Amino acid sequence: MRTTSRSERTIFQYIDKPLVGLYILLTLIGWVAVYSAVYNEAHQSMFDLSQNYGKQMLWIGTSYLIMAVLLALDFRIFEGISPFVYIGALALGIGVALFGREVNGAKAWFEIGSFRLQPAEFMKFATCMMVAYYFSNTDVSIQKNKTKLAIAAIILLPIAIIILQKDTGSALVYFSFIFVLYREGLPIAYLLYIGLTILIVVLTLLLNEWAVAVGIVSVATLYILLSRKIKPAILKAILVAVPAIIIVFSVDYAFDNILQEHQRQRINVLLGKVEDFRGAGYNVHQSLIAIGSGGFWGKGFLQGTQTKFDFVPEQSTDFIFCTIGEEYGFIGSFLLLLLFSVLLIRILMVAERQSSRFARVYGYGVASVLFFHVFVNIGMTIGLLPVIGIPLPFISYGGSSLWSFTILLGILIRLDSGRKISLR
Amino acid sequence: MKQSGRIQLVIGIILGIFVIFLGRLFYIQVVTDSYSLWAAQNAIRQVTVYPARGVIYDRNGERVVVNRPIYDLMLIPIQVSAKMDTASFCALLQMEKSVFIERVQKARKFSKFKPSLFQAQISVEDFAAIQERLHEFPGFYAESRTVRYYPMGGAAHVLGYIGEVNNEKIKASEGYYQMGDYIGIAGIELSYETALRGKRGVKYQYVDVHNRIVGSYKEGAFDSVAVSGESLELSIDIQLQQYVERLFANKKGSAVAIEPSTGEILAFVSAPNYDPNLLVGSVRGKNYRILANDSLKPLFNRPLQAQYPPGSIFKPIQALIGQELGLLKPTTRFPCGGGYRMGSHTVKCTHVHTALNLEESIQFSCNPYYCFAFKTMVDHNGNLKPSEGYDIWRTFMNRFTVGTKTGIDIPNEVKGILPSVAYYDKVHGSNRWRANSIISLSIGQGEVAMTPLQMANTMAIIANKGWYYPPHLVKSVGDEKRIPEGYNVKTEMGIQEAYFDVVMEAMQKVVDQGTARAYGKLDSITICGKTGTAQNPHGKDHAVFVCFAPRENPKIAIAVMVENAGFGGVWAAPIASLMIEKYLLGGTKRPELEKRILEAKIR
Repeated sequence: MRTTSRSERTIFQYIDKPLVGLYILLTLIGWVAVYSAVYNEAHQSMFDLSQNYGKQMLWIGTSYLIMAVLLALDFRIFEGISPFVYIGALALGIGVALFGREVNGAKAWFEIGSFRLQPAEFMKFATCMMVAYYFSNTDVSIQKNKTKLAIAAIILLPIAIIILQKDTGSALVYFSFIFVLYREGLPIAYLLYIGLTILIVVLTLLLNEWAVAVGIVSVATLYILLSRKIKPAILKAILVAVPAIIIVFSVDYAFDNILQEHQRQRINVLLGKVEDFRGAGYNVHQSLIAIGSGGFWGKGFLQGTQTKFDFVPEQSTDFIFCTIGEEYGFIGSFLLLLLFSVLLIRILMVAERQSSRFARVYGYGVASVLFFHVFVNIGMTIGLLPVIGIPLPFISYGGSSLWSFTILLGILIRLDSGRKISLR
Repeated sequence: MKQSGRIQLVIGIILGIFVIFLGRLFYIQVVTDSYSLWAAQNAIRQVTVYPARGVIYDRNGERVVVNRPIYDLMLIPIQVSAKMDTASFCALLQMEKSVFIERVQKARKFSKFKPSLFQAQISVEDFAAIQERLHEFPGFYAESRTVRYYPMGGAAHVLGYIGEVNNEKIKASEGYYQMGDYIGIAGIELSYETALRGKRGVKYQYVDVHNRIVGSYKEGAFDSVAVSGESLELSIDIQLQQYVERLFANKKGSAVAIEPSTGEILAFVSAPNYDPNLLVGSVRGKNYRILANDSLKPLFNRPLQAQYPPGSIFKPIQALIGQELGLLKPTTRFPCGGGYRMGSHTVKCTHVHTALNLEESIQFSCNPYYCFAFKTMVDHNGNLKPSEGYDIWRTFMNRFTVGTKTGIDIPNEVKGILPSVAYYDKVHGSNRWRANSIISLSIGQGEVAMTPLQMANTMAIIANKGWYYPPHLVKSVGDEKRIPEGYNVKTEMGIQEAYFDVVMEAMQKVVDQGTARAYGKLDSITICGKTGTAQNPHGKDHAVFVCFAPRENPKIAIAVMVENAGFGGVWAAPIASLMIEKYLLGGTKRPELEKRILEAKIR
């Protein structure tokens, strides 16, 4: 009896209060935003389960329950169950791709009564756990090709399953694990390569491919001429320039042949090549109107016209940020961005103070996944990134995603609260 | 394994993106206001609230023009259900399916999201059936408007009509009119447009993405109410007007009756006429074309625009001017001899009189008398040259509204013809013409023409003994009964009142014992009148009769013109006397005369 009470006291003592506080704050902000987005004078009760905000209340309640259960569990079990969670989530993912219900072209849902479950959400924390689990093996090092291959396989499996579900947007989330790998020793050159690749792709789509190719050759030549040692410089320049030019010429091919029509349209709209406020550009245009019309102070709680009168599509899920931008203006948007930044930085700090590699890698995984969601989701609503249907963590309406993000964060908090104990 | 510096880079990337996002947010939310404008355009719909156009009453408070609701059927293509039962919808509207498809496509082409006019101006009766089932057809809704309705069905030429405003007028109005507004196009509706139209109101409403109204913007803080147009009180007596219109059945011509003391027009008839209800709503275009192509020209506003040689009704005016110039006296006599000879040409008289005095010359309508009188006024006015004499004569004539507009309050009045000195100088050469060159003028023939309105106005002037208020059709405007501007300004003839006695005496005798006695005379009322025959080079002469009554304190001055009816005494005088009976006594005691006129067909 004594030990139990002691260990419980330790749990609460070592729980990271900023993380828990930020989590509760964000879910409540999310609930207010969802309430505002779907507010309808005909349904005044805040707990009306026929309305999204009523349901969201239910999701938040169950999430808190999940959080409590996670904190009550022994922190040592997470590492051990990681492979099983991972395999279980993948199995669910395959199951849904085969037997799931198709919504908006993606076969990503299990339907249970009036509720829908999206297994892809669970694969996020499962993959996170699996990556951390793999790194916790003693002989693992990112410098080794075997490790690289294994990690690539762990990340690519869920991607493959999600593509099988025809939900390409969500698949991009897994590329965020590059930050985890970077933290675990992946040379910075990889980050630079990725940055360079994105730059080249955007330039190629914007400009003529030949112009970009000539530009690359020019930069490489300039680099060689300015270098003291010519020979190694030539080698380096060729190593960078040749793949770059290959990318340039494959971009157009990929754009025309691999991407689907609606994806091409979204990208063209984003790049400003097409102005189509009625068709492909409708979502982003309306989203910008909603956020832009918020002004500095916003229109006030329940005063947003663009979101409330359904001008913005998906206003309670993927485009929930519009409601915040419209009703709380620049100030509200700023504060929400600040909260997310603080949350991410706090997670990174928490990860860094872990003594077990499993916990640290897991923490970086949490930060990466959350960062990608926040970055892409808000980026698309303010017209900086193409429209990819992923939710804003803790804010967007939806049970599966809220549960999944709760589990993602909850495990980290529990691991962190046990760090002192593992030291003993 | 510590990896120093790596966390800093990751945090740096997070903060970098945080700053980029903030910059972008600051730009779209604070710097540019184009998104706010888009938002307003999205969600706030400006709805025009049309004011009721002013109601028009007659002088006795009878409603002559009122508003009647009609419905415009609107369509928002995006809301139309794919499962819509087109067949029963077409049946409901009694519409061909091809027309339905064509209109839906037209609307779709304009905008999928904005409302288009699907069918204009459905009557209340037709709409009742449609309304019951309209909810079955999402995307269609009705907007109510009003159109003019004429419960009495008369006075079409007075009232004019309204129609959709054209682009020119929209531009000229500097923002007052919008596409689809109605505007007065003719008659009172045109000249009193600013009073009748009222003030448009505006409502700002929130609409959702489906264009459904979901509430009012800022609780209506920016809304303005529509102010109804002002009512008009016509000077017309609609009972008299309709009576005269009936008398003119199957005839061509005009009748104008004026209250001399005020210039108020009591009746203003142009025959053939038409039912003003024909030029209302969706049938206006079609009916207008039918009326415009009618060989009898029912749209032609005869009292205002038809010009006739006035003939003998010129004589009383000549007698007045001659006296004022000191060249004619009641005792002045000129020989008749059955005609006025000048060289090879003779102005014939209808009878052979002895030399008549001034009063008799009017009573018996002696042509040679007025040839001599005209010659005296033009050629022998003191030491003046003929052109100067003519100019003085013409100035007086102009005061009598011969050759000048009366200034009536509806547009497109013509001024008639009375040539100037310059005109005759051009035709005959300067100082190479005298009274004999233009002698037809003396008896109201030749190069002179008047409208029936001008003829009636000259009678009002004589009835008043030398002055008039401009004749007008609107007695007062608005609830406070304002007299239309300019219509309480008196115009004086500059002729002494005493000179009117002999003329009035003569005109009374015309009716009591002269050329109009057969049908013009009334037992209870003294009428002063003058018959005339307007020469018509195209056919049978036009019958003219002008008069006023009673002689003392006159209440009504009248000009009646019956085209192709020959001598004025036979057709024009009885119509005028029936009008006087109707107006002053409430009806005629001569039903057989009334019946004869009603049934007569003269064309």
